[in-house]
Amino acid sequence: MSLRSPLARVRGLGSAREGSSHWWAQRLTSVALVPLVLWFVFSVAMMAGADYVEFIDWVRSPVVAGLLVLLISVGLLHSSQGMQVVIEDYIHGEFCKVVALFLSQSVHVVLGLTGVLSVLLILFRG
Amino acid sequence: MTRGNRPLSPHLQVYRPQLTSSLSILFRIMGVATSVGSLVLIWWLVAAASGAEYFEMVQSFLGSWFGRLMLFGWTLALVYHLCNGVRHLYWDAGKGMDLPSVHASGKAVVVVSLLLTLGLWVLAYSVGGA
Repeated sequence: MSLRSPLARVRGLGSAREGSSHWWAQRLTSVALVPLVLWFVFSVAMMAGADYVEFIDWVRSPVVAGLLVLLISVGLLHSSQGMQVVIEDYIHGEFCKVVALFLSQSVHVVLGLTGVLSVLLILFRG
Repeated sequence: MTRGNRPLSPHLQVYRPQLTSSLSILFRIMGVATSVGSLVLIWWLVAAASGAEYFEMVQSFLGSWFGRLMLFGWTLALVYHLCNGVRHLYWDAGKGMDLPSVHASGKAVVVVSLLLTLGLWVLAYSVGGA
């Protein structure tokens, strides 16, 4: 016999009120990151020893700039969600946990914006 | 919370480390290390957006022995997390959950991560020279 109301059961959101959205987002971002990371590490290895002009020329291709923006945003979302799980698992005091979560997510947002804006700046500065 | 005299679950230290448990905690540690390493990626892009002079300075730091060691560690962490992440996606599909498969895929992840990391660095050295 279930003690949950029919409405709670049909919504299927569980005790955290968010259902499986966090878990599912982690899976989607990891699938997206497989090709993005492979592309990135091989490209950077191929760029070894490149000077400033060569690097800027590489970033300024629309495809590369687009993939970099995707890598930064999807990668930092994945990182943010992963760090959230780590913090929730190991920090048990409610106050410390909330502060750590807030700091972690703020840093991720700032890093993401900084990275994306840097790519756009290189792309549009001409 | 008062726990009274209730039995505790055994502490982690009493278990002999096994391939499965070691790779599992390593997955998490390497994930955190990759997150920290993303600071370097963002710093590198900021440097490139700031102009030639600052970019060359960051490049010469990353090209020093300490910079290369750091980048090598970051590559290994990233590649391991990637390979074991693919292993997790395979498990999420409900496949390969029996013990022989888990051990086989675990060993494969270790070998592939090392080969891929070394391959990337051999490639970088052959393209860019020392």
